[in-house]
Amino acid sequence: MTMVFEHFNFAVVIVLMMTGLFAVFASHNMIKKLVGLSVFQTSVFLLYISLSKVTGGRPPVLSKKELHGYGDSYAKAGDGADAAYKTVEKTAEIIYSNPLPHVLILTAIVVGVATLAIGLALVVRTREEYGSIEEDEIDAYNYQDNLEGVSR
Amino acid sequence: MNFLTPAFILDVGLLAMLVVVAFAVVRLRSLFAIVMLQGVYSLISAAWFVSLDAVDVAFTEAAVGAGISTVLMLGAMLLTEREVKPVPMRRQWAPLFIVVITGMAMFYAIGDMPVFGDPNSIANATLGVEYVEATKSQIIIPNVVSAVLASYRGYDTFGETVVVFVAGLGIVLLLGLNGNAGKWRAKPNGQDVSQIGAEDAS
Repeated sequence: MTMVFEHFNFAVVIVLMMTGLFAVFASHNMIKKLVGLSVFQTSVFLLYISLSKVTGGRPPVLSKKELHGYGDSYAKAGDGADAAYKTVEKTAEIIYSNPLPHVLILTAIVVGVATLAIGLALVVRTREEYGSIEEDEIDAYNYQDNLEGVSR
Repeated sequence: MNFLTPAFILDVGLLAMLVVVAFAVVRLRSLFAIVMLQGVYSLISAAWFVSLDAVDVAFTEAAVGAGISTVLMLGAMLLTEREVKPVPMRRQWAPLFIVVITGMAMFYAIGDMPVFGDPNSIANATLGVEYVEATKSQIIIPNVVSAVLASYRGYDTFGETVVVFVAGLGIVLLLGLNGNAGKWRAKPNGQDVSQIGAEDAS
């Protein structure tokens, strides 16, 4: 039972991933396929980010006390913002969540939107050429084209 | 270990919402609803990233995933179609079979994953800690993610901007800049291509 709770996030993320993958495989509409790809992709991000969580950790943003010589000239302005940290700083070392997967996923999000944009441009171009974005209709047209040799 | 903390309940609630939205995306047939639900999915996952301490990722996901992606998809939808044609049930069994097999393989591997929130797992105990320590004395800015992104792994970020540039270039080459994207129709032999396919189907 404990194992189920410890790996709860991963189990749900796998279900989400497989839902996205099913949308990619099973739909014949190209835009719905791309939405499924997007859901699949976001689920992979969820997997990575849940790996980087540390129990009792804080977001990887350092407090001013830990930075040697940062922002000395802004000491007045930063007082209010740092008030929240003071209780934590009196205790022992602060735990931070792992920043490295965050960086990797930041890059992946931006690259994902670039590939999505290219995919959507291809869909719009396909619609110009075939008048449809349903895969089976495009297949039927290509079949007809091969059979009768409709000249372009 | 106590699992009924507020953070865990929030975790379960957000994940349940994600599952419901993902299933709705698969079931629905209105493209507008599908595209908007994709935006909702991104926004909920951004909220989940905040609860997992990944504030920078949440920021980017909310801006890029829920914002720009949704706008791009709405634009593409307006240039093409609004409805998804139904897929017959007999065409859905093979994808379902593949997905179930893949999912079972991944569930089998789940025991090898580190325990959720474990500070001593191999992913959390090594390089990430070193980056946090090095940022304190080398980069001297508060945000460790920015330090790694722009300095320690600056070449990765440079490559990412190249990818975005190439994607933009590809879209311009595909659709052109004359503002006629999606309006042009191919008419071989003076006949609309969608009509040729329709004759055969009937």
